[in-house]
Amino acid sequence: MASMRDIKRRKESISSTGQITKAMKLVATVKLQKAKAKAENSRPYFEHMYEAVCSILNKSGYMDHPMLTPKNASSDKPGEGGKRAVIVITSNRGLAGGYNSNIVKLVTGGDFDPKDTLVYAVGRKGKEALARRGYEIAKDYSEAINEPIFADAAEIGTEVMEAFREGKIREIYLAYTVFKNTVSHIPTLQKILPVESDQMQKKEKKEGPLSVDDLTLMNYEPEADEALNLIIPKYVNSLIYGALTTAIASENGARMQAMDSATSNAEDMISDLELKYNRARQGAITQELTEIIAGANAIS
Amino acid sequence: MAEEKQFRLEIISPDRIFYEGPADMLEIRTTEGEIGILRDHIPLTAMLVPCIVNIKNNGEVKHAAIHDGFIEILKDKVVVLSESCEWPEEIDRKRAEEAKLRAERRLKSGDSNLNMARAELALRKSLIRLELAGQSKS
Repeated sequence: MASMRDIKRRKESISSTGQITKAMKLVATVKLQKAKAKAENSRPYFEHMYEAVCSILNKSGYMDHPMLTPKNASSDKPGEGGKRAVIVITSNRGLAGGYNSNIVKLVTGGDFDPKDTLVYAVGRKGKEALARRGYEIAKDYSEAINEPIFADAAEIGTEVMEAFREGKIREIYLAYTVFKNTVSHIPTLQKILPVESDQMQKKEKKEGPLSVDDLTLMNYEPEADEALNLIIPKYVNSLIYGALTTAIASENGARMQAMDSATSNAEDMISDLELKYNRARQGAITQELTEIIAGANAIS
Repeated sequence: MAEEKQFRLEIISPDRIFYEGPADMLEIRTTEGEIGILRDHIPLTAMLVPCIVNIKNNGEVKHAAIHDGFIEILKDKVVVLSESCEWPEEIDRKRAEEAKLRAERRLKSGDSNLNMARAELALRKSLIRLELAGQSKS
């Protein structure tokens, strides 16, 4: 049986770890509130953007546009028309449960061949993990994850759009964690470019009867395809920004959960050790008493 | 009576809903030129250039700087999506002046590596900011 001193030392170390995890949980909770508010504020913008892109695609019918999927897509041949790009959004810091590894798994477990993939990393953890697995890191925006502003998203967006236009990459994906609620965060892989125009059109058509807006003819200034040229980069930026904000909310949610369970584990261990400590103390007292009595008996 | 002439206006930026409410008239500049929007405008989607927008609501005129984005005029409402927009009181005059100088210098230097379009845009933005800040002061 471990000595009393050992148990005591262990207990102290666990309780100080418990204090740290508790403090981290509180910090994560506060950050989560902030991040949640921010994610909610960015939603209307994104939703309107999505609607606008959908309605342009719908009203103008099929357009032959480089940023839209060609009708009979035969694009999925590796090496043709450049690599595939993934914008991987993770955190800079660990201790957030499975948050980072889930995203990494999403990328490595999918059909992304390290030789055929370019990674635009936001967040150090994901970047390191993917670099270890042999993925090529095109660019690192880890600074942006601390306090994402729209300019960060726009910078990433401009960069990938440029590479797309130059033909260095043929598809752009976004790997991030959707914040559903405080306890559930869903790692998601989303294709952002080329825009799946067919899918968007179908989605719109499923929704019930046509509204007034569908029946009126929309005018475009400049012409629809030119407008699309200008809107799609904005659409991509807003997607990235939305992903950043929701990912941060998820990160803090995940960290809060992880720290919460760590704190409760520490408490369990402490109560376990408390029991052991008391038992050891009692054993020591009993032993001392027996020794004293035996000594006294020997003298008399 | 007044309500019949109004339309719903929403100006949305990525981090907030910038303006939401009724308006009598909206003046804004698109890539094709300046337009004024009243109720029952034909449906139109247009790209915006940096400009000062005027929102008229019950005789009261509000000004704001909008630096990019697009406008969607629908049957029942008008939506402006902009990546950056500001009220006059949010503008930092000093910073705008510095940005203006910087952009001017860049344009003058004539460096071919430089993204001319971007510098020009920066100059336009700073000019809009200064104009709006000046307007609200006087």
